[in-house]
Amino acid sequence: MIVQALAFYLFAAVVVGAGVMVISARNPVHSVLFLIVAFFNAAGLFVLMGAEFLAMILIVVYVGAVAVLFLFVVMMLDINFVELRQGFLQYLPIGGLIGLILLIELLTVLGAWAVAPEAGVVVGTPMPPPDLTTNTQALGEVLYTKYIYLFQAAGLILLVAMIGAIVLSLRRREGVRRQNIGAQISRPREAAIEVRKVPSRSGI
Amino acid sequence: MIPLDLVTALPELLLACLAMALLMFGAFRGDKATPTVLLLSVVTLVVLIGLIALGPRGEGTAFGGLFVSDGYGDFMKVLVLVGSATAMVMSLRYFEQEGVVRFEYPILMLFATLGMLMMISANDLISLYLGLELQSLSLYVIAAIRRDSLRSTEAGLKYFVLGALSSGMLLYGASLIYGFTGTTSFETLADVFAESAAAGHGPPLGVIIGLVFLLAGLAFKISAVPFHMWTPDVYEGAPTPITAFFATAPKIAAIALLCRVMTGPFGEFVAQWQQIVIFISIASMILGAFAAIYQTNIKRLMAYSSIGHVGYALVGLAAGTEEGVRGLVIYMAIYVIMNLGTWGCILCMRRKQIMVEDIDDLKGLSKSNPMMALALGIFMFSMAGIPPLAGFFGKLYVFLAAIESGLYTLAVIGVLSSVVGAFYYLRIVKLMYFDEPAEAFDRPIGREMTVILTGTSLLILLFFVVPGPLMSGAAAAVSALFAG
Repeated sequence: MIVQALAFYLFAAVVVGAGVMVISARNPVHSVLFLIVAFFNAAGLFVLMGAEFLAMILIVVYVGAVAVLFLFVVMMLDINFVELRQGFLQYLPIGGLIGLILLIELLTVLGAWAVAPEAGVVVGTPMPPPDLTTNTQALGEVLYTKYIYLFQAAGLILLVAMIGAIVLSLRRREGVRRQNIGAQISRPREAAIEVRKVPSRSGI
Repeated sequence: MIPLDLVTALPELLLACLAMALLMFGAFRGDKATPTVLLLSVVTLVVLIGLIALGPRGEGTAFGGLFVSDGYGDFMKVLVLVGSATAMVMSLRYFEQEGVVRFEYPILMLFATLGMLMMISANDLISLYLGLELQSLSLYVIAAIRRDSLRSTEAGLKYFVLGALSSGMLLYGASLIYGFTGTTSFETLADVFAESAAAGHGPPLGVIIGLVFLLAGLAFKISAVPFHMWTPDVYEGAPTPITAFFATAPKIAAIALLCRVMTGPFGEFVAQWQQIVIFISIASMILGAFAAIYQTNIKRLMAYSSIGHVGYALVGLAAGTEEGVRGLVIYMAIYVIMNLGTWGCILCMRRKQIMVEDIDDLKGLSKSNPMMALALGIFMFSMAGIPPLAGFFGKLYVFLAAIESGLYTLAVIGVLSSVVGAFYYLRIVKLMYFDEPAEAFDRPIGREMTVILTGTSLLILLFFVVPGPLMSGAAAAVSALFAG
């Protein structure tokens, strides 16, 4: 139990620390790297809660895809982040004020928060006991049966995203030399090599 | 159990499969297959209209309650399909003349239509969101389909960024509602709220905040004030037949969804959402009436006009009664026909093969093309709500419903703003009939355009002679919504 508590505080402290570093690091590349650290530790927190599938998805999707994409964008766009930060102190009071107001509003809302007493009864898919199945199995059992409609709809959305990316960005430019392996290897010897008799002292 | 589910969702499944088949066909045949793909897409939509209107299908829910098929959904789906099919037919010549033939755009329109059908049939917050996102994502892409045109890409990008923001708000609202009730199903939500109300505790704060966010997200999709700012820019920038599509089918789907969500799961909270809908409605009517006065571009003018029309339609929802929603459904049906006709006329505004979009270009149209001027005149009178044209009856029913529910201020503001709105509609009629002729538009306008313009203007003109089918259809549809 004590190990679990220690691990929780370790992960939580690193998440918060890395989160602060994300917004305070001078170099944007360092920011993205700190973001990755934060993702890894958040995944650790998920594992502690027994949500191992979510933890792995977090690493695969967020670290593997999203953060790497960020890194690409940061490196490819030549944005001067130091200049962007110049107004920071100037805007700090008004920004802080808005943040404070939002915080107070959120606290008022959450303070009066109550879950409907009827809610527990109606939960659509009751969670199977965790010691009987793994997360992955439990998700798989409902994903392709109960939620097949939503699963297929999400697939269609991804298909539309793919069509959109191709429609908007694929260009067939004229005059670009492409490698055509079929044409290369089916070329007869006569078309490629020519044997010539070179007379002495005259060249071709 | 599974086969029954498939029968209930047959139109959607058929549309999805055919759209993917057409995608493969287009991918292998290249852009030269565009006319064929377009024709087959229109045939698909017409077949679907037949299937929904005539086919004997099981009513009820499918896929474990995620999807619902009822008379209300069928009525709205037919409207959406009519809008999509007509917009597709109108786009045929445009893309050929502009020299940007791409086989993907009819397919993206099919997927957008599929998303709209899924929205109308949504019976769960998750299926609501997925349908909405399928529709929006396709629309973002077709807004930017002329990727070499600065205006088109700007329209697409603007639409995408603001649309993503509104989707975020909608999701946040949905997650708050889920967090409070532990369910996303509309039926279970209605049960939970009914039990809460019966137990005597009022509407919980978390759900109200969730409801506000949900409404904000949906108000964006129907371009109601104060979430309207994308509309004029996107309507102006997108290619004109695409704008005609934007102005009709997605509006119907989003309004249908809004009505289903508000009267279904949140039926208990009429007092809470009514004030929001009233505000949105008044603001849309006023902005639609006043902002359009200064427009010189007809596409921007129509954008503000559509904002105003959404305001009038929401008057019916604000009433919160069955009569109100029936008025809204009738209003939207007439709105689709009027808008398809008007956009058809705008698509015919072409001089020396170049589209013109200024209102002044319509000067003296009655001399150069009297039939088109007559058609556009009918649409403008109808939009202004002059009896005996169809647009008058649309407004009449929503205002009557508002008065019956005691919302006198709303009805009075509605009538006043429609008087202001009449100014800019009638100005177009004045330009066409009383000003010195400008250069004539290209002729002929094409056989399909002639058919569409004749058909829509006859429908608008003669609605008062045979109002029966629409009235009884809408009444049956709305009673199905309120019964379920």
